Amino acid sequence: MDVTRNTGEDRPAKVRVFLVDDHHLFLSGVRAELGDAVEVVGDADEVAAAIELIGERLPDVVLVDVHMPDGGGRAVIEAVGRTHPEIRFLALSVSDAAEDVIGVIRAGARGYVTKTISGAELTAAVGRVADGDAVFSPRLAGFVLDAFAADPGAAGGAVPSFDPELDQLTPREREVLRLIARGYAYKEVGRELSISVKTVESHVSAVLRKLQLSSRHQLTRWASERRLL
Amino acid sequence: MGGGVAGGLSARFGIDANLIRFAFILVAIGAGTGVAAYVVAWLVIPREGSSTSIGRRALADRRTVGLALAFIVGLGAILLVLGSIGLSFTASLVWPLSIAGGGLVLVWRGADDEERANLSELMGRAPLIGSPDRRTLRSTVARVVVGGILVIVGLGELVATRHPSLGVLFRTLVAANVVIVGFLIVFGPWWLRLARDLAVERRERLRNEERANMAATVHDSVLQTLALIQRASGDPGEVTRLARAQERELRAWLFEGRSPGSFNRDVSTVSQAVTVIEGDVEASHRVAVDSVTVGDCELTTELRALLAAGREATVNAAKWSGAASVSLFVEVEPAQVSVFVRDRGQGFDPDAVGDDRKGIAESIRARMTRHGGSVVIRSAPGQGTEVELVMPRTGAGRGRD
Repeated sequence: MDVTRNTGEDRPAKVRVFLVDDHHLFLSGVRAELGDAVEVVGDADEVAAAIELIGERLPDVVLVDVHMPDGGGRAVIEAVGRTHPEIRFLALSVSDAAEDVIGVIRAGARGYVTKTISGAELTAAVGRVADGDAVFSPRLAGFVLDAFAADPGAAGGAVPSFDPELDQLTPREREVLRLIARGYAYKEVGRELSISVKTVESHVSAVLRKLQLSSRHQLTRWASERRLL
Repeated sequence: MGGGVAGGLSARFGIDANLIRFAFILVAIGAGTGVAAYVVAWLVIPREGSSTSIGRRALADRRTVGLALAFIVGLGAILLVLGSIGLSFTASLVWPLSIAGGGLVLVWRGADDEERANLSELMGRAPLIGSPDRRTLRSTVARVVVGGILVIVGLGELVATRHPSLGVLFRTLVAANVVIVGFLIVFGPWWLRLARDLAVERRERLRNEERANMAATVHDSVLQTLALIQRASGDPGEVTRLARAQERELRAWLFEGRSPGSFNRDVSTVSQAVTVIEGDVEASHRVAVDSVTVGDCELTTELRALLAAGREATVNAAKWSGAASVSLFVEVEPAQVSVFVRDRGQGFDPDAVGDDRKGIAESIRARMTRHGGSVVIRSAPGQGTEVELVMPRTGAGRGRD
């Protein structure tokens, strides 16, 4: 299966992918798993080199490890995001810590998957990110539901929300996230709710946007408290 | 104090090192012989972990012995001359100081590299000998000058009290105090820094212990598991099981502070219970359980029943579905707690299951309805299965969410 993107040309081109990870073993593993489905245009094992090479090669999607010396994936996403906002990021990590997940999404990643993901799923996730959609793992969906709890006032004092548009999830978005957290693929979510996959994707993208832009400061507090549970 | 003699003696005889240091200082103040004794001990007692003493190494070199002898004679002569021209108090110090001086030469020459580095560092800390950097140069000079003058005045007073005069007691006291203040000004900062360095050293030692602990834990759990994985490399299911179990253990240790091997089964909250279910089912059925928990609260009788039913459903999925992984989703809401167990396995026709198959009917449905909960099972052949369990929360169970 080739993962392609709409270029507006007659023949769609393969998605150009760049890999950033400080574990060489993992780099070669991901390369092998992605195989021919995408075009891997380069890799880097440290933050500074990654920023430079990404600027040169201009990939469609960057697969970036969350944990690296010198600022980790966040540093790469923030630096490249300033100069090349069109490049999309998918964060990969062995960590499920809420702090890391929320941090990297707020830095600008369009999705987050754990490193135990299968090759086929990873390829699909890359394609989705290349198309501008968001990739939510069940765990990320769980985090978002938790962080945007329906009744924030219950957990010690209501915090005035500056932008209700951004600070709350719609009931539909909540339904979609719940299904994802239950292990449903986008297609299955669509079938369950009788909506198209495209609609599911747009709901997820909307949630991603809220996650990135919400000024709701419980989000950060929640993430750091979550560690202590 | 420098050579670690007190520490060494205390390790040998089981007496507190500070007591021995205090004894040395007392003798040193008394007659100066303590200094000599310290240096001699430094020379004769081998360092921990080394077989020869400094003295033996030093004596093996003829030039060192000559140098030390010359030093003793020279220092002794100077002190004798000083004594004869009127500074009579030096007379009693001649021999101890000379021997100590010669001994120090031996120590310096006989010390091995590591000891020498320690020594020069020690010397460098003394304000009179070290090379202060530019910023503190002026203050050091001022301190040394003032302190030096005080010491000299004080010593002069001490000498003067040897002649009969009035107010001897008073003058002695003044003199003694002036000497002490002088010493404090000269050496005070050095002592302070020594104390600070000791604190730093202690912290460093704690950190090292921590690191050793960590290494031991990683060895006991992670490296053992890696060895097991290599031996089980022909069996993918077993490899996955080992890896997931190790991963969970490591996470619990790193993020929740639970030490590996002592998995805490004494669960009191929903999220802890979910972790236990995940671990147990994975360990006994070689299936990956991906659990997601939203919110958390204390366990009540009803919620324990709910999670017991959830566990049953997860085990069923692991046993019968044939899927490689099971999703377990638990959401704590203000009014209810729901558990979803989903697999993408072979599925079945719920209506076709006869009454004789009591597994689901008894364990899950009965348990749930007895506590006021509800069960929905969705499944079709080839479509996988999802079990939905919902338990309303009673007042007692409402904690944070």
